[in-house]
Amino acid sequence: MLETITYSLLNGLLYGMLLFMLSSGLTLIFGMMGVLNFAHASFYMLGAYFAYTLGMYTGFWVALFLAPILVGALGAMTERWGLRHVHQHGHVPELLFTFGLAYVIEELVRLFYGTLPMNYRMPEGLDFTLFTVFGTSYPAFRAFILVVAVVMFVGLYLLLKKTRAGLIIQGSLSRPDIVAALGHNVPQVFMWVFAFGTALAALGGVVGGIHFVTEPGMAFMMGPIVFVVVVLGGLGSIPGALIASMIIGILQTFTLSVDFSIAHVGAWFGYAVPPDHLFATLWYLDSTRIAPVLPFLILVLTLIFRPRGIMGKREA
Amino acid sequence: MLSTHDLHAYYGKSHVLRGVSMNVQPGEIVSLLGRNGVGRSTLCKAVMGLVAPVGEVRFKDQVISGLDPHQIAHRGLGYVPEDRAIFPGLTVAENLELGKKKRGQTGRWGYDEIFERFPRLKERMEFPGEVISGGEQQMLSMARSLMGDPECIIVDEPTEGLAPKIVEEIAHLLTDIAAAGVSVLLVEQKLSIALKISNRVYLMGEGRMVFEGTPQELHDDPEIRKEWLEV
Ligand SMILES: Nc1ncnc2c1ncn2[C@@H]1O[C@H](COP(=O)(O)OP(=O)(O)O)[C@@H](O)[C@H]1O
Ligand SMILES: [Mg+2]
Repeated sequence: MLETITYSLLNGLLYGMLLFMLSSGLTLIFGMMGVLNFAHASFYMLGAYFAYTLGMYTGFWVALFLAPILVGALGAMTERWGLRHVHQHGHVPELLFTFGLAYVIEELVRLFYGTLPMNYRMPEGLDFTLFTVFGTSYPAFRAFILVVAVVMFVGLYLLLKKTRAGLIIQGSLSRPDIVAALGHNVPQVFMWVFAFGTALAALGGVVGGIHFVTEPGMAFMMGPIVFVVVVLGGLGSIPGALIASMIIGILQTFTLSVDFSIAHVGAWFGYAVPPDHLFATLWYLDSTRIAPVLPFLILVLTLIFRPRGIMGKREA
Repeated sequence: MLSTHDLHAYYGKSHVLRGVSMNVQPGEIVSLLGRNGVGRSTLCKAVMGLVAPVGEVRFKDQVISGLDPHQIAHRGLGYVPEDRAIFPGLTVAENLELGKKKRGQTGRWGYDEIFERFPRLKERMEFPGEVISGGEQQMLSMARSLMGDPECIIVDEPTEGLAPKIVEEIAHLLTDIAAAGVSVLLVEQKLSIALKISNRVYLMGEGRMVFEGTPQELHDDPEIRKEWLEV
C-alpha cells in the first residue's frame, strides 16, 4: 500500500508539473484577455516535434532551448496576425479560431510526420536511475522534468512580481483598459505574453514528448485537462495553476493506480450489492474507470460552486 | 487644449453621445454636470479611446480620435475613472509605479510632489490597493494618473460615495493640481463642489450639451437646473 502511495505521489507530482508547464501560460493568456486558447496544447505538441527534429542536428540540450523559442515566435505571429483581428469580433469567433487552429496544427503534424509515434528519446546523459524506493526505480529524466518545472515556476513568479513588465501584466489581469489608459501598450504586452505562454507550453512538450509519446494525438490528450487546471487554479494566478496542477495530477494518478470501488468499502462492513442490482454498475465501478471523468467533474463543480477557482481574482 | 466637435458614441445600437461639442482651455477646471445615465462617463471614455469615438476629438491642436488609448495617454491626457480602478493584488506603491509611462519617468510629479499633496498615501505605500479606504483609493487613482505627467486630466465623479470632509479635501486637491498647470475636466453630480472650484461648467442631458457657462450663470438659472439637474 505504502508502495503504491509513494509511486502514485511521485508520478502524480510529475504529471502535475507537466500540467503546470502548459497551464501557466494559458492562465495568463486567459486571465489577461479572456482568450480561450484551444490551440494551447497544440503548441505543446509542436514543442515536442520541433525538439525531436532539431535534436537530430543539434542534440537535445540545444533543442531544449531552441524549440521553445521557435514555437514562441510562431505564437507571437498567431497572436499578431490572427487572434488580434479575430478578437475585435468578440469571444465566439476567437474561440472558433483557436479551435480551428488546433485542428490545422494537428493535420499539419500528420502531414509532415505521419501518424506513428516518433522515436524521440531522452539524452543519454539523463538515462540512468536516480534512486530506488520500494523496489521501483526513479529515472533521472523524471527528476530533470521536475527541476525544469520548478525553475520555470520560480522564474515566472519573479518575472511577475519583481519586474515592470510583470506589473503591467498583473494590472492587465484585472483592468486592461485602465492599464492602456495609463499609457501602456496592452496589445503589444499581450502578444509577448502569448508568445511566452506558448514557449512555456513548448518547453513542456520538449520534456513531455519524451516522457509520454510524441504523436499527433498528444495535443488533444492534454488540451482539455489544461483548461480544468486553469479554471480550478483561478484565471491569471500562477500559484493557483501550480496548486491545481498538483491536485489534478496526483488525483488522476491515484485513481488510475489504486484499484478501488464502493464495493471495497461495502466489503469492510460485510455488505455487497448483488451483481444484477440496479446500482451494481455504480457499486462495482472501478476507480480506474472514473479517472478520465474526474477532472471534468471537478471543472463542472468548480464552475458551479467557486467560479473564481482556488486563487483567481475574477470569475471564469 | 482639449476639445470635442460633434462627437457621437454607441454601445451596440444604443446611441449614447449625440453630437457633443465642448472644450477645456489650459489651466482651467471645467465641470461636466448632468443626471445619471446622460453619457458623461461615455464622453470621458470616448475621449480616451476606450469607447470608439465617432466625430472629432482634438488635444493640443492635434486630432486624437482614432488613436489607441495608450497613444492618447502618451499625448498627455490622464484619466481617473469613475470606479477608481485600483489594481487588486498590487500595493499602493505598485499602483503608483504603473502610473509612470516608462521606467524611471521623471515628470513634474515625482514621489516627493505626490506625497506632499497626498500625505495619506505615503503611510499606505505597502498596503494592498484593495484594502485602503474609498477616499484613499480615489486619491491613489488621481496620484497614479499624475505620475504619468499629464497636461490635462479627466476625473470622473471623484466624490461619489465619500464623506463630506474627504469631498472637501478632493476639491482642494483638484484646485491645487490645476494651479500646478494641469487642466482638469471634472465630471460631477454635486453642484456645490462644481460651482465652487470650476472656471466653466457644461450641463449634459441625454447625450448632448444643454448648457454652457460660468458657475455664476448656472447658479442664476434655476430653470435650467430644475430641468436638467435636480431630481
Ligand atoms: N458598457 C455599456 N454597454 C451598454 N450601455 C452602456 C454601457 N455603459 C453605459 N451604458 C449606457 O449608456 C448611457 C450613458 O451611460 P454613462 O455614460 O455611464 O452615463 P453617466 O456617466 O452620465 O451616468 C446609460 O444609458 C447607460 O446605461
Ligand atoms: Mg458616470
